[in-house]
Amino acid sequence: MNNAYLPFKAAITGVMPQTASDYTYRLATDLDVRPGQFMEVSIPGVGEAPISVSDFGSGWIEMTIRNVGRLTGVIHELKPGGHFFIRGPYGHGFPLEEFTGRDLIIAAGGTGLAPVKSILSRHCSGQGRLKSLTLLAGFKTPSDMLFKDEISAWREKIDVQITVDKIDENSSPWDGSTGLITGLITKVPVQNPGNTRVIIVGPPVMMKFSALEFLKRDIARENIWVSFERKMCCGLGKCGHCKIDDTYVCLEGPVFNYTRAEELID
Amino acid sequence: MGVYIKNNSFDQLLTELSRDYIITAPVKLPGKGAFSDTPLVTYREIRGAGEIEFNEKSRFSPKEIIYPITQTLFYFTENEYSRPAVPDQGIIIFCRACDVHAFRRLDEIFLRNGGCEDIYFAELRKKVKFFVMECRESFENCFCVSMGTNRLEDYDVMLRVSGDAQECDARGDFAGIFTGYGEAVEMIPRFVEENHTKVTVPENIDRQVFKHPLWEEYSSRCIACGHCTVSCPTCTCFTMQDIFYEDNPKCGERRRVWASCMIDGFTSMVGGHGFRNEKGDRMRFKVMHKIYDFRKRFGYNMCVGCGRCDDVCPEYISFANCINRVNTIASGVSAHE
Repeated sequence: MNNAYLPFKAAITGVMPQTASDYTYRLATDLDVRPGQFMEVSIPGVGEAPISVSDFGSGWIEMTIRNVGRLTGVIHELKPGGHFFIRGPYGHGFPLEEFTGRDLIIAAGGTGLAPVKSILSRHCSGQGRLKSLTLLAGFKTPSDMLFKDEISAWREKIDVQITVDKIDENSSPWDGSTGLITGLITKVPVQNPGNTRVIIVGPPVMMKFSALEFLKRDIARENIWVSFERKMCCGLGKCGHCKIDDTYVCLEGPVFNYTRAEELID
Repeated sequence: MGVYIKNNSFDQLLTELSRDYIITAPVKLPGKGAFSDTPLVTYREIRGAGEIEFNEKSRFSPKEIIYPITQTLFYFTENEYSRPAVPDQGIIIFCRACDVHAFRRLDEIFLRNGGCEDIYFAELRKKVKFFVMECRESFENCFCVSMGTNRLEDYDVMLRVSGDAQECDARGDFAGIFTGYGEAVEMIPRFVEENHTKVTVPENIDRQVFKHPLWEEYSSRCIACGHCTVSCPTCTCFTMQDIFYEDNPKCGERRRVWASCMIDGFTSMVGGHGFRNEKGDRMRFKVMHKIYDFRKRFGYNMCVGCGRCDDVCPEYISFANCINRVNTIASGVSAHE
């Protein structure tokens, strides 16, 4: 019988600091991953946590991990040549087939940019079959911006609009906009609402109000997808932490169509 | 196969069975109860029939026998993992009809949900044999009849206390073994057909019920102690916990420990996000799982009506009353529409 709880060792082949507290880890593995899926990441003796895959390619996956707790604190001490343990991937990712030939708008708040990064990098490197792609992203301050190099490259190919909540004195120079991401949504060009599809990923409040703004822009409910973040101890539909009503976020999510997401009461 | 077995022979029978089985049953532990000088009825491995508590309801359910409160999933050293040993013997569980129904709910989550079999549960579960003790009459707070869990087809042995003997209906391999310890009788299982406590589970629950002020009352009453979920025979939630050994931090183990949706931190994530901070919302979440959303997913109710949650609540919150209140509100809501 297969033991689904046993993690396997994955070697770290690269560590790319994004901010003072967010590092991207590249791991050598042949896993078959879809954008939006997550892994259970662990260090034996420290703990285990669900972390979304931020990008992947042949023989590698990347995860962008914020140093916020005991496990992630230990992970942040690791260097290339080191390793941690993973199992997965879990959950359903984004339904990419729904986006073929569509104008896709991605609204990402903070670390919510990580689960959608692979969609952006694929489109901007000429893969994927989107008609167009627009990125709206919000961060707390300019120093909290993730994937700065990638974003510069994406700007060459697609419309990228970034806003920050505030500019503090430690911030890097900032000539972008300030304010909530909903401000970007009210102004983003939507040529053809019927052909537009939307992905929203971020903190619960950000997702709720962003969705309401997109509805005002005549995007149909069924054309919006969100990705939920929940406590999960198994990824297998057993531990119960991520359940909302009869829905297990680890099994049926973490990506949900808005028509389903808006019905889920925690 | 009906067999009438005197108590001293029954004891010898258990001795024979203990060669191939770990035998577990509710036992009465003097002085261990919730109140001073009261006993606790709970599950233990037993050595003789005299230890079995036939007359009272156990405070805790038998689920812990195959789904322990703390369970080591694997031990690790620097580069290696090893799994704890699984006992060679089978496992006999003396329990009630509702408890067997509860195991079916555990099976749903651990063996089938998500299409993945939980190896730790599965390996112990397939060893289990149910020795079901007939309930002569309903215990306090039981509402098994309302939940349809009073009757049972699927057992290995059914037992009825009859003076200083047991009347048994033994099936399968047990039929032959039991016959050697007593005389053949006709034994047709009897089940409780009425409880003092009755509930009506609403067929449909409108979303408005989720937002009803009813739940706010529980915010002030419930103290989030989690007794209800710990005593529940159908609660399955757990949290992962890693430990390392003080003498050598490179060795340790990954465990799972029971978790409760009623207790702080159940949904907490690093960074401070969490859900259901109000205890009333947790009560709503638990009640809906037991009588609504589990059924939506698997086709039958999770709650088996054992009433243990009502037995143990230090704040005297009645789950049974809550179901009936939800029913009244749900009927009102649908009638209103």
